[in-house]
This record gives sequence, structure tokens and C-alpha cells, in this order.
Amino acid sequence: MQDTAASSADDSLLVGADVRKNFGALTVLDGVNFTLREREAVGIVGPNGAGKTTLLNVLAGAYRPSAGAVYFKGGDVTTTDAAQRCRLGIARSHQIPRPFGGMTVFENCLVAATTGGGLSGQRAYQRCVDSLELCQMIHVANRRAETLGLLDRKRLELARALATEPRVLLLDEIGGGLTDEEANNLVDTILVLRGRGLALVWIEHIVHVLVRVVERLICLDAGRIIADGKPDAVIADAAVIDAYIGGQGAS
Amino acid sequence: MSTRRAFVVERWTRLSAGSTIAVAVVLAILALAPLLFDANVVDSLTTLFIYLILSVMWNALAGYAGLVSVGQQAFFGLGAYFAIQLSYYGVGVYPALLLGAVITAVLSLPLSLLMLRLRGGEFAIGMWVVAELARLIVVLDPVINGETGVSMIALNAINPESRRDYNYWMALVAMVVLLAAVFALLRGRLGASVQAIRDDEDAAESVGVRVLAGKRTIFVLAAFGCALAGSLWLATSISFQPRQYFGIQWTAYMIFMVLVGGLGTFEGAILGGVIFFLIEYLFGQTGVWYLVGLGAAGIVFALFLPRGIWGTIEDRFSIRLLPVGYSLRMLRSDPGPGSGAKTPQD
Repeated sequence: MQDTAASSADDSLLVGADVRKNFGALTVLDGVNFTLREREAVGIVGPNGAGKTTLLNVLAGAYRPSAGAVYFKGGDVTTTDAAQRCRLGIARSHQIPRPFGGMTVFENCLVAATTGGGLSGQRAYQRCVDSLELCQMIHVANRRAETLGLLDRKRLELARALATEPRVLLLDEIGGGLTDEEANNLVDTILVLRGRGLALVWIEHIVHVLVRVVERLICLDAGRIIADGKPDAVIADAAVIDAYIGGQGAS
Repeated sequence: MSTRRAFVVERWTRLSAGSTIAVAVVLAILALAPLLFDANVVDSLTTLFIYLILSVMWNALAGYAGLVSVGQQAFFGLGAYFAIQLSYYGVGVYPALLLGAVITAVLSLPLSLLMLRLRGGEFAIGMWVVAELARLIVVLDPVINGETGVSMIALNAINPESRRDYNYWMALVAMVVLLAAVFALLRGRLGASVQAIRDDEDAAESVGVRVLAGKRTIFVLAAFGCALAGSLWLATSISFQPRQYFGIQWTAYMIFMVLVGGLGTFEGAILGGVIFFLIEYLFGQTGVWYLVGLGAAGIVFALFLPRGIWGTIEDRFSIRLLPVGYSLRMLRSDPGPGSGAKTPQD
């Protein structure tokens, strides 16, 4: 990666510059400017179809943007594929968990640690055990992933992403479909990661869960950023309230 | 850093160590078989080794890498075809048989660039098209005499007794080397990567797996293995008819062996190969009903025992004789942190 000058070079870690994404005639992202700084945790909210997951896919490399650029640690990664971006330090979880069903939970993490993390032997094993302990999955380490329930599948998404030793973690509705208790439990885990200085981008509908972790909130609507700032301010923002079913704020 | 619980990652149990020794003993006996058994047994075992190669190759391809191909007969036929060509131009018989497979493997590399763009059912059917195309092209070669076929005349120059033994040993060595290579690859980093690709290609990419490179390695390896099986088959039968060598029945046999034995288990492919060999030995002369029986058995397994015989045994008793996977065992040496307790580290 050559050091091309990203927007405000200093401590920006992951940058989307005027990102646009069309699927045929449908414009899903309509010029999004997004900057994540080192050690920062940013939450992304917005109504269904706002383009949240598409933005995450563009940042992770699963989609190539129709226009605009993505920078990571100052280098242009716009045309870098998802596998390579993971090896550079961008890890993600999927909205609908996508475990490697025929492999054990431990093996799921091991693939991530050896390919994405570039580790081998005992160091890879140690990394997996650490990730699984943090995500409270040690007791199911030898189960085939297809036998897991929803909560454990969500935890596995997180554990597997962590096993790649990421610099930034992209979470796509990891709390979705969980009970409040389960979601709060997951937040405790994510707060530990925050404490270690891992940068986060987190899409979530459950806003009160999100604000326990993030220091900045972005609201997307129809492929544009309509609010960006401190969580309290964004939640109170008139445009945001309007985007969520005209006038009924997200509780 | 707080207390870390000790753990071990087991890859090799006492049982699997024992089974490896058993495998070694069986192989030692097999190596001496031509000196111990009569000609029929030696011929039958040669056939068994070829089936085992095919079974393990298709299992690596479909069971581990998720590349379900119904066109592996393309490589089986090409391996034999190139061996005939090489022999025609004066290369010695046994070097020609090996080189035929090498050339096929080299050709499979550019082919993979096209075929691996396809996914799932498209790949499966696309490979069948490749096999038919390969047959049509081979038939155009004047050396082959069209559909009539040709014999590898140079094989006739070797006296039948020695030829039987040479074929046997070559098949045995080919099987051992190929199975060991597949086993080593699957136990290594590649094995876990291709299984991840099989289970979810996009998710595999998201954790850093080089999807295309992983698939290509297995694709080329399976092409080489099937091609070598084809040239070994030529060594035993001497004659080459395109329609037989490029026939879909080879894929049907491979699917049967792997489904019955256990898709995606290393032991299962071997077990399935042995079962298929025995069924053919017992019922192979009954003609059409033999094929009907094979098909019916395949369907029954796919519906009611999808993990095959070995997969079911493995699930129920957690026995692994030749393990390619990993098993994590936490050691409870320190009484400190409880089982579920979260211990933040670093």
C-alpha cells in the first residue's frame, strides 16, 4: 500500500470518501463521507434500506464502490479484495451469521487466525482460545458450528472476526434477534474490546444498546448521512426523528 | 495479563496413532502381495487401488472443497489418452503412464481459470460439458482411430506375468502417495481453508481466505489423481475406447463411493471405495440390475444417511482414525476461574 494522502491524514484509520454504490438503476449509497479514527467507536443507525449494510460491505471489501474511494491506514484499498483487507486488519461480522457449518467452533476461529491473522502453530491456537474465552464459547469449542443456536452463532461471528487480530471491527447488527439480556451480555464483551483500543463501526437497530458503547453516532437515510455527532445530539436531531417513521423517535 | 488457562490442541489421539500403525502393517503386506497371492487377487487389488484413488480425489474435491464435479472422467480419459500419445512417440511404457497424468494436471491449470468462475450446479454441469468436449477432441486424433479406439501396443511387449506385477506396484505406490498427499494437505492450513470455502465462500473471504487459490490447488490435485487413475486403468486393460474412458459412469462410481462411505471424512472415502469394490466383485456380473442397485443404494444414503457410514459412526462415537481436524481440550490445573467465568486478558 502506498501512502497516498487520505483526507485528514493524521489519526484517521478507515475512510470512505464520497462513496457511491448503485445496483442497476437503484442508488443505495449516494456520496457518503465517513471517517473512523484510531480507537474510535462509531455507531450507524438508520431506517431499513438506508444503505447501512451496503456501506459496511464497501468498507470490508465485499462490494466495490461504483464511485469514490476507501482508505485504510492512509493507503488506498478501494480495489483491494475482502480477503486482503482482512489480512490488513479489517474484520467484520455478518448480519445473518455465516458460520462454517461443517467445521467445529474452534476450527472456525483457526481458519481466521491462520489466514486473516497470519498466525501459525501455538500462537494461532492461543489466539483462538483467547477469542473463544472472551466470547464465552470455550465450552462449545469442539461442536460443529451448524449445531449452534442463534446466540452462539452471533458470538461465533465475533470470535471468528477477533481471531484475525483486527485493527478495526465492523459489526452488522450483532445484537439483532437477541433478548435484552443476551444483547447486554454481548455489549459487555464488546466493551472489553473497546478497553483494548480496538476501533469499531457498529450498525444496530437497538439504539439503547448501541449508546452504551459508541462515542459517535451516524444516521444514514436513503444513502446519505443526515446526522453525525454525539449520540444524544443525533438521537434528538429533527431530521433523524423524521427519518424514523415521521416524528416517532426511536425509544 | 491475568491468569491464562492451559489447553492442548489434539490432532492425533492414541486411537489414530494405533490406526496409523495398522495402516502401515496392511501396506507392508500389500507391498508383498504379488509374491503371496495368485494372479486374480493381484488383479482385483489393482482395481481396488484405482477405485480408492478416484474415491479420495472426489472426496477432496466435493467433500472438502465443495467443488461437486460430474466431469472428473475428463481427466480420467485424458490421462490415458496422453499416455497412449507419449507411448506412440516412443516414450517408455511406465514413464508414459505417469507423464500422461502430469500433462493432464498441467492442462487443468488453465482450465481452472474458466471453470472455477462457476459456482455450485453450474460448475458441476460445466465439468460434464468439459468431459464431453475432451472426448470429442480426442476422437479427432487419428492415432485413436475414432470411437473404435486403440491399444497401447507397447504394453503387449512386456510379458503378462511381469506386467501384472508392475501394474500392481505402480497402482499401490500411486495410491499411497496420492492418499498421503491429500491427507497431509487436508491436515495443513489448506484443509481448513477449503472447508471454510465449502461452507461459505463469502464468509471465508471475509476472514482472509484466498478462495480461488485454495480451490485451484484441490482442483489440480484431483485432476492429477483422476488422470493417474485413468492411465493405470489403461495399463490393466491395454485398450482405449474414448466412450468408455470419458464415460459418466466414472463419476457415478465416485459419487457412490463417497456418499456411502461418508462425504467430507477421510476414512469414509476409503471405506466407500472398499465397499464399492466388494459390491462390484459380488454383483458386477448381473448387468443392468447391478447398476439399478447402485443407484438405489446411492439415493437411500443421500436421503437417510447423508453423512454416510463413516460420518454417522464419527458423529455417534466420535471416533477418528485418520483425523484431519482439531480438538481443543482445556486443562483444569488451576482451581481459580470457574467454567463459564469471563477472564478479561491483557
